[in-house]
Amino acid sequence: MLAAFPRMGHIDILLGDLLDRLGIDYLLPPVNSEKTLVLGAKYAPEFSCLPLKLNIGNFIEALELGADTLIMAGGRGPCRFGYYAEIERRILKDAGYDFNMITIEPPSLGFFKFVGPIKKVSGKSIRKIWRALKESFPKARAFDQLEKLVLKTRCYEIKTGATTKAYKKALDVLSKISGPKEVDGYLEEALALVEGVEKNLDRSVLKVGIIGEFFILLDPFANLDIEEWLGIRNVYLERSVYVTDWIGPTANNPVGGVSDTHLAKLAENYLSHFVGGEGLASVGHTIHYANQGFDGIIHLFPFTCMPETIAKTILPSVGRDLDIPIIHFTIDEQTGKAGVATRLEAFLDLLWSRKRQNEKKRLVKSRQLV
Amino acid sequence: MGDHIKEDAFLGIDVGSVSTNLAVINVKGEVLAYIYRRTQGQPIKAVQQGLKELESELPGDISILGVGTTGSARYLSGVVVGADIVKNEITAHAVAAGHVAPEVRTVLEIGGQDSKIILLKDGIVVDFAMNSVCAAGTGSFLDHQSARLGIPIEEFGDYALKADEGAQIAGRCSVFAESDMIHKQQVGYGLEEIIYGLCQALVRNYLNNLAKGKDLLGPLVFQGGVAANSGMKRAFEAALNTEVIIPKYYNVMGAIGAALLAHESMMFEERKTNFKGFAAADFNYKTSSFSCGCCENNCEIIKIKVDDKVLARWGGRCGKWELDQANRRRDTSGVSSSV
Repeated sequence: MLAAFPRMGHIDILLGDLLDRLGIDYLLPPVNSEKTLVLGAKYAPEFSCLPLKLNIGNFIEALELGADTLIMAGGRGPCRFGYYAEIERRILKDAGYDFNMITIEPPSLGFFKFVGPIKKVSGKSIRKIWRALKESFPKARAFDQLEKLVLKTRCYEIKTGATTKAYKKALDVLSKISGPKEVDGYLEEALALVEGVEKNLDRSVLKVGIIGEFFILLDPFANLDIEEWLGIRNVYLERSVYVTDWIGPTANNPVGGVSDTHLAKLAENYLSHFVGGEGLASVGHTIHYANQGFDGIIHLFPFTCMPETIAKTILPSVGRDLDIPIIHFTIDEQTGKAGVATRLEAFLDLLWSRKRQNEKKRLVKSRQLV
Repeated sequence: MGDHIKEDAFLGIDVGSVSTNLAVINVKGEVLAYIYRRTQGQPIKAVQQGLKELESELPGDISILGVGTTGSARYLSGVVVGADIVKNEITAHAVAAGHVAPEVRTVLEIGGQDSKIILLKDGIVVDFAMNSVCAAGTGSFLDHQSARLGIPIEEFGDYALKADEGAQIAGRCSVFAESDMIHKQQVGYGLEEIIYGLCQALVRNYLNNLAKGKDLLGPLVFQGGVAANSGMKRAFEAALNTEVIIPKYYNVMGAIGAALLAHESMMFEERKTNFKGFAAADFNYKTSSFSCGCCENNCEIIKIKVDDKVLARWGGRCGKWELDQANRRRDTSGVSSSV
């Protein structure tokens, strides 16, 4: 048996480590690229979302490399992602591929739906699976913590690209982690590499929150490397979700920083219930970032994404009430990078001029007080 | 020459999909000369020709102290002429509109293949939108229909103003608009009604795509090449039930905005211009592209050269091909307080 799973940011760290511990042979399909997307878009229905198209592309690339068992996450609605495993199985069967599909449902749908498939494919006891999970998770979380630091500090680097360079070295450091006991030491070393980048902390920067659908946020190919693009243009970034937050039993202590319950409470005046995916969280995070004095919000989601479309219709009133500018981008295989860049440039100009105007107003006010 | 003092001026260049515009302004922001010409798919040539024409239009003693470029070919044209500031067209249009009508709250801009709406308050941009999925609400749509009707686009306005009412034409998709227009011709509507109907369809499309959920407050400024069509002004005023201002230099507002931004950035940073001079019109620029091949992304890299000297490279995801100059990081983000 040779297993494979889809690409999404650095989820391969967590899943790869887990499969290693369970003794399952696997291969990694190439990272998401134009080729992956072209392959996926060829077989996927046009109005399905970008994650489905990339998943299918990943699976085809994996099958061509010799994989025979595909591992895919399940889920529960209203987001369509929950049935993508089954859709993908049928599309790939129709396309003539021969394989075995393993669907791992989230634990919230019942513990055995979650652990059962893993047990079947690995032949390991539930106790062993549980231990493997507990051992793999801290490593993946360390990757998230490193990424979080990079998003916050790239805007201060003196030499453009220095943070990205240090980040790559730091990723190599974290890759050496072989068990939970080693996490703290290597994480410290990795964070120090990024912290050690020469910075100008007096630089005036914009503070922007990135919110939206998890797959687009987590995968740099899917989001057109927007975080690096913004970072080197002096934008301090915080992101609403990280890989382990999405997978995780960490909903109350996410790397992103705000728990699900708190988000729901923040959003309650605008949206009072779960709408699937991150729809509710997107509204909550916008309010959270506005409360923290951020300059603006960038909302990213795949074309035809239902939960985020709901959020998009609600966010303008949040933006008006809390006086925070929000820009939305829907992304699919038709999205042109130049068009996104033009709008982002204009959005940053908007944020800068607001910031300067507010500073001037504050200055005038403080003079009047004296 | 000798003891003659040259007038300080700033050049703005807006290279879009359909038109290439250049404008020169003085320190007071007055337009000294401008050029509006078609890009015809050759942005470098259009800029060079434009420079040539502009030079002959300009009064004698002018010294260009700064250059700004904008439009979809802003980076390319910035390299060709040696720009001091390269700005997106949304900001450039907003700056220009704020300059001609300081109280402006709404900018309606329709160009060849794009259209935008910009909302301002107290002189700064507070919201904007740009068409993203479809070009049915842009100038190309009217251009196409004018060819079909055999009436030059320049005469569209006169026809539209003569109509008592417009024919109802479906404007969501330009192909269906065309079939609908043919149908209206076949049932006997006059040319005037049909042409005004087309203008109304375009306005409806524009408002549906860009203005949903936004308060369009006055003063409203309508600019871009399509503002030449007085039928469009009439259709906007009918749909919004308010007066719409068309600035004198409506078709080169992007270039004026770029020139204003250049002025401001040069005052702000006190440096010498990178402008290569009007002689850039005669340089032999060559562009080429190649696939990087260093990673899975296999980015397409564009290279621009004069003779054998590489001026710029771009297109990569990682920035490894960009020349060092582009990598220099600034502590301020260049634009001014007024935008």
